[in-house]
Amino acid sequence: MIQHVDNPIIEVHDLTVSYDKKPVLWNVDFTIPAGALVGIIGPNGAGKSTLIKAMMGLLPLSSGYTELFGKKLNDVRKRVSYVPQRESVDWDFPASVMDIALMGRYGQRGLFNRITAEDRSIARQALEEVHMLEFANRQIGQLSGGQQQRVFLARALAQQADLYFMDEPFAGVDAATEGAIIELLKELKSQGKTILVVHHDLQSAADYFDWIVLLNTRLVASGPVKEVLTPTLLQETYGGKLSLLAQVGDIASSKGVGTRE
Amino acid sequence: MNSLSQFLSLSDANVRYVVIGCVLLGISSGLMGVYTLLRKRALIGDAIAHAVLPGICIAFMLSGVRNTWVLFAGAVVTGSLAVYLVDLITRRSRLKPDAAIALVLSVFFGAGILLLTIIQSSGNAAQSGLDKFLFGKAAAMLPEDLWLFGVVLLLVVLVLLTGYKDFKLLAFDKGYAQSQGIPVKALEMVLSTLTVLTVATGIQAVGVVLMSSLLIAPAAASRYWTHRLSGMLILSAILATLGAYIGAFISYTKPGMPTGPWIVVVLSCITLASMLLAPNQGVIARYLQRRKHRNKILQENILKAFFHLGEKKNNQALAFGMEVLRQQRDMPVARLKSGLRQLVRQGSLLDTNEGYQLTRSGLEAATRVVRLHRLWELYLSRHLNIAPDHVHEDAEGIEHLITPELERELELLLDSPGIDPHDSQIPYTQKDRNR
Repeated sequence: MIQHVDNPIIEVHDLTVSYDKKPVLWNVDFTIPAGALVGIIGPNGAGKSTLIKAMMGLLPLSSGYTELFGKKLNDVRKRVSYVPQRESVDWDFPASVMDIALMGRYGQRGLFNRITAEDRSIARQALEEVHMLEFANRQIGQLSGGQQQRVFLARALAQQADLYFMDEPFAGVDAATEGAIIELLKELKSQGKTILVVHHDLQSAADYFDWIVLLNTRLVASGPVKEVLTPTLLQETYGGKLSLLAQVGDIASSKGVGTRE
Repeated sequence: MNSLSQFLSLSDANVRYVVIGCVLLGISSGLMGVYTLLRKRALIGDAIAHAVLPGICIAFMLSGVRNTWVLFAGAVVTGSLAVYLVDLITRRSRLKPDAAIALVLSVFFGAGILLLTIIQSSGNAAQSGLDKFLFGKAAAMLPEDLWLFGVVLLLVVLVLLTGYKDFKLLAFDKGYAQSQGIPVKALEMVLSTLTVLTVATGIQAVGVVLMSSLLIAPAAASRYWTHRLSGMLILSAILATLGAYIGAFISYTKPGMPTGPWIVVVLSCITLASMLLAPNQGVIARYLQRRKHRNKILQENILKAFFHLGEKKNNQALAFGMEVLRQQRDMPVARLKSGLRQLVRQGSLLDTNEGYQLTRSGLEAATRVVRLHRLWELYLSRHLNIAPDHVHEDAEGIEHLITPELERELELLLDSPGIDPHDSQIPYTQKDRNR
């Protein structure tokens, strides 16, 4: 079940991504409608994080391309915001909560340009939205996991983007933070923004999202939540990797040639 | 003291060159070290330091003169090559970064030693002093060296100031920086180049082998004292200056004392002192915190014993002696005595003729500990399905940790319960009820 839409805000075309010549995503091809709150769902090792990193241009592609707002990524960077996995950084870095929120303005301000008072007020507002303003001066190493995640969200909000890519924002956070985050996502959606969220909890997926992308090294389904979260499609996603695909991938890696050369 | 005033006034031209040279070098490495440390590249710094040796030798062999700028150029070439090779090996082979660094370091250093031996056996008169690059020889600094150090320092400061925010983001979260369209690769190259320049100048003073400590020690020490990147940069530069200055002075006091190693020793002492003395994160501060908590546990356990004794007699105004207390709760006499003294001093106990007696504030504190203990027991048995006879030990530890906020949460969750799993009353004082 792969439902394509007209005038998509995201178009992923025939995307293949390999690590060390071994494909971890095969020929992924889907479209996302504007204003959707999208869950990217699949088992461990399905390539969920790889997919959004590839869409953001953070990984080399073996084939395919992504268009955002009908344009190449480099033309619309300022309208796109990324929330990496919380564990991807060292939280012992010497910085305050405010410093991190301000980083959301760096790209908008441009290389070598200084942060302005306007940037500060935008960052403060972003912290307010995730209820972290009272911690603005706190050293980031002293935050709880949930608070760290909120700071990452504030940084993304400070970018004032139209499209958000979030990698596991619900991983390892307390219930209060999870609730606050989902409220925030729904608020963003009501402002007409589009949000893609890598998520691994099937139970909450139906409540949180209105569009689902099911992934397991290949695209299993993409469409409205009701049509995608069916027992058949879930079985197909979680029923294990296609062994032929995995075997060919291993051979490609061991021969050092890749699948697209 | 005559030597000190002579040293401080920098009246001797030789001393002047050495001190100014070491300070200029120290500041460059102090600043670059912060980024090296935060980007977890400390070992790369070491690899660069070792890799500049063959460059210096080749530059000397080709030119035949011991000219600062020529040797520097050679050092920069092989230093950069080493950075590039580590990156290439990590990307293109199965070797992990640590193995790639070790490989590059040893191969380059080996080649450097080999070339050095060739130069020395060739009998070139100008070669004298080239082997000083191994451990450094600050005393041999010339005015043109100072110019080089000054230019490198100026470059480092200018670049770091201009790109302050961008380098900060790069060091903290490279993936996010890239997603924002910041030219990550180019910025990394700039930082690597500056590091190579710094190291290539720094080996003049401290030599190949000790260079990485000049890079890392000031940065590591400064991290203990500040939570700000800007603060860390400034402090690291100051500590490096201090280390260079003191190291140069010590080597000045006695003839034949090497400057570079002394700078490194002083910097290592500064780092060690920071590890020990820093507030909150330092070893001593942590020890004091632990001791404070242990004392709190002792005091609370004694207060609890009073509460239990009073509870049995149905009268919390009774006085008890040491023996009775020890029967209620076994603890070493010395510990008990010290705990009682502390409690009397802070007004929780009264020292009367019949023994010790809870004051009003003491009773409140005792009631609170017992209440927390029983609330936690109830929580464990109700919400974690743990048998009532297994909850006591756990509660003995947790009761000292629960904050007032957690206590309120517990009460809410347990719906303000009256009795614990052992059918004992969960106690409240009048003051608690008025909350």
